[in-house]
Amino acid sequence: MARLLKTNWVKKSLALILTYAVIQLLISTNILGGYYQDTLVTICINIILAVSLNLITGFTGQFSLGHAGFMSIGAYTCAIVVLRYQTLPSFILGVFLAALTAAIVGFLVGLPTLRLRGDYLAIATLGMAEIIKNVFLNLDKITNGAAGLSGIPQFINWFWLFVFTAGTVLLILNFVNSSHGRACISIREDEIAAEAMGVNTTKYKVIAFIIGAACAGVAGAIYASYFYFIQPTLFGFLKSIDILVIVVFGGLGSISGSVIAAVVLALISTYLQAFSEIRMVLYAVLLVVIMIFRPQGLMGSKEVSLAVLGKLGGLFRDRKERV
Amino acid sequence: MPILAVNRLTKYFGGLTAVYNVNMELEEHELVGLIGPNGAGKTTIFNLLTGIHEPSSGTITLARDGKSIALQKLKPHEICNAGVTRTFQNIRLFKDLTVLDNVRIAMHKNIGYGLVSGLFRLPLFGREEKAILEKSAELLNIFNLLDKKDELAKNLSYGDQRRLEIARALATKPVLLLLDEPAAGMNPVETTQLAELICWIREYFKLTILLIEHDMSLVMKICERIYVLNYGLVIAHGTPDEIRTNKQVIEAYLGEDVGNGNA
Amino acid sequence: MEQFLQQVINGISLGSIYALIALGYTMVYGIIKLINFAHCDVYMIGAYVGYFCMRNFNMGFLPSLLMAMVVCTTVGVLIEKIAYKPLRNATRIAALITAIGVSLFLEYGTMFFVKATVRTYPPMTGFMAKSFKVGNTVITMQQVIIAAVTVILMVLLQFIVKKTRIGKAMRAVSQDKDAAELMGINVDATISFTFAIGSALAGAAGILVGVYYNSINPLMGILPGLKAFVAAVFGGIGLIPGAMIGGYIIGATEVFVAGYGRSMYKDAVVFAILILILLVKPSGLLGRDKKEKV
Repeated sequence: MARLLKTNWVKKSLALILTYAVIQLLISTNILGGYYQDTLVTICINIILAVSLNLITGFTGQFSLGHAGFMSIGAYTCAIVVLRYQTLPSFILGVFLAALTAAIVGFLVGLPTLRLRGDYLAIATLGMAEIIKNVFLNLDKITNGAAGLSGIPQFINWFWLFVFTAGTVLLILNFVNSSHGRACISIREDEIAAEAMGVNTTKYKVIAFIIGAACAGVAGAIYASYFYFIQPTLFGFLKSIDILVIVVFGGLGSISGSVIAAVVLALISTYLQAFSEIRMVLYAVLLVVIMIFRPQGLMGSKEVSLAVLGKLGGLFRDRKERV
Repeated sequence: MPILAVNRLTKYFGGLTAVYNVNMELEEHELVGLIGPNGAGKTTIFNLLTGIHEPSSGTITLARDGKSIALQKLKPHEICNAGVTRTFQNIRLFKDLTVLDNVRIAMHKNIGYGLVSGLFRLPLFGREEKAILEKSAELLNIFNLLDKKDELAKNLSYGDQRRLEIARALATKPVLLLLDEPAAGMNPVETTQLAELICWIREYFKLTILLIEHDMSLVMKICERIYVLNYGLVIAHGTPDEIRTNKQVIEAYLGEDVGNGNA
Repeated sequence: MEQFLQQVINGISLGSIYALIALGYTMVYGIIKLINFAHCDVYMIGAYVGYFCMRNFNMGFLPSLLMAMVVCTTVGVLIEKIAYKPLRNATRIAALITAIGVSLFLEYGTMFFVKATVRTYPPMTGFMAKSFKVGNTVITMQQVIIAAVTVILMVLLQFIVKKTRIGKAMRAVSQDKDAAELMGINVDATISFTFAIGSALAGAAGILVGVYYNSINPLMGILPGLKAFVAAVFGGIGLIPGAMIGGYIIGATEVFVAGYGRSMYKDAVVFAILILILLVKPSGLLGRDKKEKV
């Protein structure tokens, strides 16, 4: 048993290193040029955002429509830090501060609002994100208001991008596979039964919310550092919706689903650039069609395992069950 | 000192009195039945005991390790941590999770590692998870559910679901177990097996058990004492023999006369 | 004091519009428990229909209003039939994503046809351009019309919901869809009808906004839509009187915050009020708290 775990662990590390190396090679040889690098960064940011929202919505069952709010807090925190001290260590510090500030705000917002359920929580978190946006719009001295902050030095490169992305995904993966994560999942399944079985539901909802917020903060920090420029309206309601779409498309409660969906949707979006006039219309139609024909998302709540054969077998079994 | 003392427990829902002035005492290791016609307030008492509803007035006191704990102000998870757990009348398993996970979740309160160990997979995490796995397997084995540990709870047979719910409750290591109609929907053979199981777990886990049940033969057979509830009031309590012959109880169940019995 | 009265008048105008939109949200939520994100775009379409009727076909205000309502009704019913009906038994979140998809489709579809530019409504002439003074408070004819149209539509809605057969069916379906079906109510038709009424009201709101604020664009629905939904939640979602009261309160709040020099914070205040009411009374002003039965 222990040996199996170890080999599995080794396999996972190998897969990670391989991913890193291949993409590094593609970047070094310039096969992955500027435009595709933008896509790559967007994919990584969206992976972090989607996986962290999945923790809140998919695993813990708390419907949040305000994830972009936490992202904006991270983006501004990191931007302000690196604009003042333009060094790599201060960028790393900025990312951690971004996570910390977002976590604190997540705690302050989560504690009162997580008593609400379902759509009410969704609408409260939406309101919260709008308030955050409004505050950033009005704090002229710190955030430069609606004009936003520009000229943010770019410290993020593929190495750091990979570290932060893989890091957050692994942390969340570890969390949902721990007893604490199971406590969160039990809240999604049946809150009253979870309480009766000794799960402090308020505590675990808030914990999920804090971890999710902190990761969104990291995503925001990466965004600010890569794209030079941020302004409050970038992190509005539509951004929150974008993230939710990735999560639902990948499958609520599936980390690998979120990762795959983030990649697929970014590729679709890149491909649709060619039809810029009707890009959003096609995207919208796609969304509706996917929801009508596969409302549980790509993966449902299942995970992709490393063993491809096992996966295929799983798909097969799945089909039989449905008949 | 009784392990559970309920004193003048009352619950109003708006204008409706669901439970009124209920007094109840359970001695350690007792198996006590709570019976009454539909709508008498039995499940409401369970909900009050487990903190799902807050009592309008009255006290609930749990005695444990020489200390007495006032349950009436605690939240459900705190009550569970104090040592009181329950099953539900309408089965509330975590339906889309595996049998194993259902039990593992209930062990959460006794987990020996913190958030940081969990997030970073520190060695403590591995050791504790292994221990949980072993304990879960042991518990599932008792209930003949071990070979079904990877099945989703919703795919179990009805009887298995009932038993899994008891197993899950036991995983929290309670001193007092509340069973809400565990035999509902079971056939006579299953009911007999269940009766044996209930008696057996009481001995094995050294529990006190309070049992709501409609199946009168089951209650009469295994309970040492019975409380009878009607319209939110305790109308009688005593041994099964005393209850069987109690005039008020017979009236409550059959109506004073057929004409205006349930009006 | 005069400024206060002026704010009240402006608040009523804006509140009327929010209330009209909020009604659609609340009725649809009441009947199929869906936050119909596309509703705000139906309102936008209403504004565009009004614009084309008045500018390109030289129609008067009333015919344009009716036209906008008819077109929006059709759009609303089509949305329900094509996008929502297949998902009636899917999870709430899948339905919500679909609603978002439809919303994006309408926004960017409209943008494709009419371009993203802001358009201005033709200036009102004659009767519609009049205004009069009460003391120092100015009331424009447009404001009177907004208030009047809103009140008439609300009375009509109350009549339909309370007195007609289909209204009774709507109330029954919102209580318990399965039971209503067993009682011989055509649930599909009732849901379609609910969408129809809600969309007609949104269409009316769209053209009223065009007349009142002049400028329209394909994304104009998003923010008013959010605020109207806030209004519906504020009043108690699923409750028709709640949406009306909520609409007026949110509208008035916004106007007052803006009127007293805090216009940058007006959205924040609206959402803060929302969060506050949710925390104090999650079921809204007129709603009743429901606890899950254990």
